[in-house]
Amino acid sequence: MKRYFDIYRSMMKLSILEQWQYPVANYFYMIGMIAEPVIYMVVWSTVANQQGGVVGGYTPGQFAAYYIVWTLVRSMNVVFTPYGWEWRIRQGQLSMSLMRPLHPLHSDVAYFAGWKVVVILLWLPLAFALTLIFKPDLNPTWIEIVVFFFAIWFAYLIRTMTLTLIGLVTFWTTRVSALFELYFAAELILSGRLVPLSLMPAWIQDFAWFFPFQWAFGFPIESLVGNMTPNELLRGLGMQLAWIIFGVILVNIIWKFAIRKFSAVGG
Amino acid sequence: MTSVISLQKLAKHYQVPEREAGLKAAAKGLFKRQYKNVKAVDEISFEIQPGEVVGFLGPNGAGKTTTLKMLSGLLHPTSGTASVLGFEPARRSHDFLRQITLVMGNRNQLSWDLPALDSFDLQRAIYSIPANEFKSRRDEFIEILEVGDLVQKPVRNLSLGERMKMEIVGALLHKPKILFLDEPTLGLDVTMQKRIRTFIAEYNKRYGATVLLTSHYMADVEALCKRIIVIHHGKLLFDGNLSQLAEKFSAFKTIGFTLDNSNVDLSQFGEVVSTDGARVVMRVPKEKTSAITSRLLNDLAVEDLTVEAAPIEDVIESVFAVKKEAVE
Repeated sequence: MKRYFDIYRSMMKLSILEQWQYPVANYFYMIGMIAEPVIYMVVWSTVANQQGGVVGGYTPGQFAAYYIVWTLVRSMNVVFTPYGWEWRIRQGQLSMSLMRPLHPLHSDVAYFAGWKVVVILLWLPLAFALTLIFKPDLNPTWIEIVVFFFAIWFAYLIRTMTLTLIGLVTFWTTRVSALFELYFAAELILSGRLVPLSLMPAWIQDFAWFFPFQWAFGFPIESLVGNMTPNELLRGLGMQLAWIIFGVILVNIIWKFAIRKFSAVGG
Repeated sequence: MTSVISLQKLAKHYQVPEREAGLKAAAKGLFKRQYKNVKAVDEISFEIQPGEVVGFLGPNGAGKTTTLKMLSGLLHPTSGTASVLGFEPARRSHDFLRQITLVMGNRNQLSWDLPALDSFDLQRAIYSIPANEFKSRRDEFIEILEVGDLVQKPVRNLSLGERMKMEIVGALLHKPKILFLDEPTLGLDVTMQKRIRTFIAEYNKRYGATVLLTSHYMADVEALCKRIIVIHHGKLLFDGNLSQLAEKFSAFKTIGFTLDNSNVDLSQFGEVVSTDGARVVMRVPKEKTSAITSRLLNDLAVEDLTVEAAPIEDVIESVFAVKKEAVE
């Protein structure tokens, strides 16, 4: 355990140092990412205003809160993608990683966790600016803040597991981008990214319950901006943990088969 | 002595899709794919003793890197067995990985944007190297390779040779017992090649490590390896020392001598490879070496006559020219 703590600490430190080499690039990346929620925010606020100030229970101020928190959750959702798996196999980077007495999943989780620390620090001034412009209606309780803190990290782990699973398909096909695009389309609709899930038809909400998407996106936002009861918050964290455990088990099982298929094509 | 690396009929075959060029063949391939079975490594066997430095030679595509990848646990063999330090490499146990290293001349594991010192610290954590041991070994390697002024520069700002030195330091910090070196001097200038060769030799001497080295630079092989294993078309072609390799594969020998009179037609004796003033170097068929030497001594006024095996580059060229049918 002490060894893993040391590895995570060292890898996160390396990642933070690397990301601080390019603060401007990171900022531009985040500013680019903000365009999407700002469009959603403006559209839904306009709709709400035209419908007497509320749509689906959301006021313009609540939409602003939803989509400002959205920007942080979206940043926490950035993980090593299947494109990355394609790249690391073709470039031979995976071979070097496999030579270490450490599962590459640990390296990925630790590296991107370090990156998140930088992202959160860079996000704070952006969130402040968005707050001044869009005036969100956000009054979280202490329990909501604590749950949100855990929920964004759990969301990060869920998305790491799901995208790692898709990434592992590269061991069979080398090219996996088409599958990722399909995943991405489903995620857009079923996660709460396009629109809060509570505004979706009831059957979509029921359907979404069986997939990990909302636990990696919609739930963390709702935990801070929604009016969830303590029971709902704890149940949400429980669901997130269940998806993480399920993901870890699945990744480990598939890894055992995938590694036998590895042909080290890139070196 | 118990061998640290042992291969018994180790093989790796690939199913490679193949089709003719053109749209028609591409459309046909959608319904019926054709595959070719490529034997990258074809039932090779050898053993390596602790502390040996072995040159693993062969032309491009001979199966050298595939063999190294199987021995380091990156690839699962199709058949046969491999044992490294008593471990089955394909199982990739952490105890096994802690005792080996694989350095590939065209791959890197250091962070591009940071000084190598930061990446070395990550190696310390991954291999659980005690802090004191890590620091003394790191400083020792930095001193031997004379890179003290480079370790604080971002890796991206280093030259290819400087980067390679850093890669080697990083790859050896955990004091591996087995070194698989795949073209470690690829693309480096002569000085840098020599420095890295000296370091590998020093590491082998200090820590008694076993080294399996592939290189297309014969200077690497001559300087480091007493034993040579040659693989060609996936099959083992030769296992012995350098002089035996020359004896077996070279069809020529080299005769060098100094001539009093330079206006002599030497073509009747053999092929003149070079002349430097009065000094002449000739290449002659191996079986005629004695006869030609006698004739040179009898017919001409020669001094300082030496007979040597053909240069290693020529020998290797002869080996690599062996046709596939000849090794089946």
